[in-house]
This record gives sequence, structure tokens and C-alpha cells, in this order.
Amino acid sequence: MPAGSTGRAVVRRAILDALGLPSLVLLASMTGFGSLARESALGLELALLSTAGVWGLPGQLAFAELYAAGSEAVAVVMAVSLANARFLPMAVSFMPLLQVGLARRAWLLALVQLLSVNTWAAGLRVSPMLSGRERRRYFAVFGGICMTAALIGTATGYLAAGSLPRPVTFGLVFLNPVFFALIFADMRGHATAVALAMGALLGPLLHLVSPDWGVLATGLIAGTGAFWLTRILSARGRRR
Amino acid sequence: MDSSAWPLLLSAIAATYVWRALGVLLSARIDPEGDLFQWVTCVSYAMLAGLIARMTVMPLGVLAETPLVDRLVAMAIAFAVYFGWRRQILPGVAAGVVALILFAMVRENGLLGG
Repeated sequence: MPAGSTGRAVVRRAILDALGLPSLVLLASMTGFGSLARESALGLELALLSTAGVWGLPGQLAFAELYAAGSEAVAVVMAVSLANARFLPMAVSFMPLLQVGLARRAWLLALVQLLSVNTWAAGLRVSPMLSGRERRRYFAVFGGICMTAALIGTATGYLAAGSLPRPVTFGLVFLNPVFFALIFADMRGHATAVALAMGALLGPLLHLVSPDWGVLATGLIAGTGAFWLTRILSARGRRR
Repeated sequence: MDSSAWPLLLSAIAATYVWRALGVLLSARIDPEGDLFQWVTCVSYAMLAGLIARMTVMPLGVLAETPLVDRLVAMAIAFAVYFGWRRQILPGVAAGVVALILFAMVRENGLLGG
């Protein structure tokens, strides 16, 4: 196979795939995050750094909200990290596909920063059709475009929140909870549904108990409860 | 913005990167479908759902300037459009956002007596 021509084809495919829905969703959701960041008293640099560095809206949201609440540093760092804990199983299932034909694993430690729900799903979809080298190229281009769209969205939302009429700012900040509420409505699986429902009930209550640790406590109590509840119920279902 | 935000964000970024790096380094030795990850996923989703519910019901920042009923109705409209429109997320989000903006504009102009 002539490496040059297929290489170009892979890059073109990555660009076309990324410029569709993934960029649009990122542009919209990160505009909401940019507005939230400004209203949470983060600077533009910090807003952009959190998009590129955390690179996962759940963690970014937790950071902006807990920072605005003045939570303890340990609680903030733990909540941001836990919010994106799914990166571990995602990396485990996907990164070996990028390792094929790669001598130095250090490259994977750089490429893995581009991993997000979008890039992971796209990478898994195209990998069966590509060689290891083509996968890395596709992933880097696709991920680079996604991150560019996200940074543009973040800056747009940040600047818009300061210059547009107040009601528009309300809407842009409100984009964050609405977006995740619908993402959650789209999810399948019993354990997930129970965890989401219990979390939604406990979250506001535990925030009243402790603004510092309420978010983490909600996750641990509701998440562990949902995990055990679904295990017990499915074990009982099997016995019948 | 106080100066503590930078080290805080850098720590949070490092703590997030740990998951990514562990995924690369451990890849062959763990089962992504195992109990441990299912538990972590449950904790992570419950935490986010709690955060989202709290942001809607008792927001901290700018959203606190809007009445609770506006946020709840706007959220209900988002869900209605989402389920009515073949479960498309973007139209649902747009409807919820536009609804809240319209409510706030109408209140600003005194039509709802807010």
C-alpha cells in the first residue's frame, strides 16, 4: 500500500468525520462552559486551560462549580478527577489499538490526552479498517479538530457572557445542566439509571449539609448504593 | 479570581491525567467490564447527576438570579422536545436554553410581573 496516498485519505476522513456532529456538539457545550467559567470568576486563560487540560466536560463543570462554591482544594481535585474516572476504562479498551506497530509507548502517553467520549467513539469505529499507523494519524487529526472546536466554543462563551444581554447569559450558563440532563436521559443500563436518580435526589440535600463535600458524598453514597442495589436485584432475578 | 485558582486547576488536571496514564500503562492487566469499574462508573454518574440537580434547583452563580419555576419549566421543555424529536439532544438543549432566555426577557420587561 502506498503510504502517502492512504495517509492523506485517512487525514481527509478524520477531518470530515470531526467537522460534523462532534464539532457542533463541542462548540455548543463548551460555549456553555465558557459562560459558566466567566460567571464562576475564572479568567479566560483558566477557562481555556481547563478545556485543554481536563478535556472532559464533567470534570470541567465540577471544577467551575466547586471553585465558585469555594470548596476545599482536596474536595475540588477529587471531584474533578472522579467526574472523569471513565477515562481509565476508556483508555484500557482503546489505547492498545493505537499501540499496534509502535516501538515507544511514550507516544501513547501524549496521545491519550486527546481521549474524550467523542474521540474514543470515533477511534473505536474506524480502527478495524486501519493499520496502527493510520489509526494514530486519524486519532491525532480527529482529536486536534475536536479540541480546536472546544477551545473556540470556550472562548466564545466566555466573551459572550460578558457582552450579551443578561438573559442570554442565563441561557448560556443553563446550557450546562440541560445538556447533561439530556445526555443522562439518553443512557441505558439499570445501574446507571439508579445511580443517576439517586444522585439527583441526594445532590441538592447533601449540598445543604456540606457545600464542601456534598458533591463527593453524593457520588459515593448514591453510586455505591446503586451499584449494590442492582447487583442484589440481578442476583435475585437470576435465582428465580 | 484569586491566585489559588492556578495551582488548583493544575492539580485537577494532573489528577484527571492519572486515569488516562493508568489506562495506557495497565491496559493488558485489567478488565474494563469488571466490578471495580462498574462501581466507579456508578459513583461518577451519581456525582454528576447530583451536581446537575443542584445547579438547577439551587444554583450558585448567575442562574440564582432566575426564579426556580423558570428553570424547572425550561428543563421540562428541553425534555419534552428531546423525547418528541426522536431523542435528539441538540434540539432539546436549544429549546431549554431559548425557553429560559425568553422567560428572563419577558420578566425583565414586566409582562409576568417579576
